[in-house]
Amino acid sequence: MTTTAPANQTDSFTLGPKTFHSRFILGSGKFSLPLIKAVVASGEAEIITLALRRANPEGTENILDFIPPNVTLLPNTSGARTAEEAMRIAELARAMGCGDFIKVEIIRDARWLLPDNDETIRATKLLVAKGFVVLPYMYPDYYATKALEEAGAAAIMPLAAPIGSNRGLCTKPFIDIVLQSTNLPVIVDAGIGKPSEACEAMEMGVSAIMCNTAIATAGDVAQMCAAFKLAIQAGRLGYLAKTGRVLTQQGDASSPLTGFLDN
Amino acid sequence: MKDIMSYTEQMDQLDPARMNQVLALKSEFNDAAFTAQDVETALTKTTLNAYDFMALLSSAAGPYLEMMAHKAQTLTRAHFGNNIQLFTPLYIANYCHNGCRYCGFNSQQAIPRAQLTKSEIQRELEAIAATGLQEILFLTGESEAHSSIDYIASALELAKPYFANIGIEIYPTNEASYRILHQAGADFVTVFQETYDLTAYEYYHPYGNKRSFPYRFYSQERALNAGFRGAGFAALLGLSDFRHDALATGLHLQSVQTAFPEAELSFSVPRLRPINGELGHFNHLVSDRDLVQIMCAYRLFMPHAHITVSSRESESFRNAVMKICATKVSAGVQVDVGGHSASNKHKSSDQFDINDTRSVAQMHADIVAQGLQVVYHDHIRL
Repeated sequence: MTTTAPANQTDSFTLGPKTFHSRFILGSGKFSLPLIKAVVASGEAEIITLALRRANPEGTENILDFIPPNVTLLPNTSGARTAEEAMRIAELARAMGCGDFIKVEIIRDARWLLPDNDETIRATKLLVAKGFVVLPYMYPDYYATKALEEAGAAAIMPLAAPIGSNRGLCTKPFIDIVLQSTNLPVIVDAGIGKPSEACEAMEMGVSAIMCNTAIATAGDVAQMCAAFKLAIQAGRLGYLAKTGRVLTQQGDASSPLTGFLDN
Repeated sequence: MKDIMSYTEQMDQLDPARMNQVLALKSEFNDAAFTAQDVETALTKTTLNAYDFMALLSSAAGPYLEMMAHKAQTLTRAHFGNNIQLFTPLYIANYCHNGCRYCGFNSQQAIPRAQLTKSEIQRELEAIAATGLQEILFLTGESEAHSSIDYIASALELAKPYFANIGIEIYPTNEASYRILHQAGADFVTVFQETYDLTAYEYYHPYGNKRSFPYRFYSQERALNAGFRGAGFAALLGLSDFRHDALATGLHLQSVQTAFPEAELSFSVPRLRPINGELGHFNHLVSDRDLVQIMCAYRLFMPHAHITVSSRESESFRNAVMKICATKVSAGVQVDVGGHSASNKHKSSDQFDINDTRSVAQMHADIVAQGLQVVYHDHIRL
């Protein structure tokens, strides 16, 4: 592995039928729409999510008009409270020409916007049966991970912290369990607040990072997007390079506990 | 006169526990007891309890307004991004059977009364839709005799093809009626409690169904039980001590959020404005500074709730609070019946004086100029 080559030229991951080189997935729900094009460019993102409820076909400020044509659209089902509602939104997205990718977001809590894992599993089964490439947003949980994998999900999207909170990798130990429980790509979604946190998640071995609020609320949106791109690449390279031994603060014990065995 | 805590036979009744809890906490609020240290403690917290909320509404928080505004801005951007939703109200009738002593539409005001016909409503809807808006708020006076549920439902049916979000601000009604209105297309209900000060409530509402305080208090819950997606809350600030009324409004919203975790809830922040040019004799008027303090306290207490600011407020004030914590504003506003389409104009007088007359296009341009994003469409009717 050369450390001089950017990770995105030597490395890829697959979602359903598509292969991606950029591991940076950009959310679009909190941007000023005219900024989206520049942000996609500075982040070199290949996937952009959009809330279908924000699409305003033939109307004013239609988000679809602002998304560059060369990126893969990942419509989400935000606003859905049940599997059936998610299904209807997904079919609407497909009818509007957004393709077969769908990020399942089923949220029945307006305060913390936490995903309902049970309904998400049910929706994943329904959507997979209809031919969608399903990326479920979930609370990181071992059993839910296994159930989503069995339901035919194309990836697992655990949250790092509540949406919009920018609190970072609050669920790190549980994301690690998700990683160890599935062979599917794991995409950390929600809560990442800083490039360093994206880097840390990538070092764990997750496949990609989805980020929205941390970029949309930055002082310089395009620059923050570039910072995330580099952090994600750095984290990926670090993961591939395999982290070396990290000494504890005290260093190695000078008196081996098993030394008596040699006497 | 009728006891304000009583219901009429026709009114649905819900368990009074939540209302009693809100009123009990409100009665605990002693503004003078809060110190700078209480405010500073509240400002360090991520999740605020009722006493932290009181601290932020107290006089002691006055010197901390700039800090509150910064924190409110951060929370608003985290939860709503740069988005500002646009809507406009549509008054389809102004008949009223209540006697609210502060209202330009009350039944004893000698004003022209009107109710739009279906074809007039259709013209209004077309005129509003032509501005690009996707969200509309239907208003009537509070007279079921004139503006029946069937009449309002037929108006909502007309609006469905044009608008993604349809709200209503009408008289409180029973769950069964809310269900009819929801099926006709409405998914958001706004009911102003006006004041949570029972003595003031009794004085300002001498007769009419509005005199029942608990029936009004539980309107949002009946609507949510009937399938509505969300609900709006407000006190008409200035009728009584605004700190107490803002506290009760926040606690009211919180209690409904606890009972309906999935509901999308919203604060409105109306304050007394002149009626036909006159302000009358009110002792609790709310300054700009007071209103910003209330809005910031709402944001810090309930970071996920929308804050709607109407055209009662001036252009400069609305521009400023959009940068801090407001997430929903009206544009192209007419507060008379049938004011949107030229052919319907001047069918009634205004409910209150508008302080921000910007059209939808002007509002759009001003929001964008502030680096914010206009949202027209944020809901899929499923």
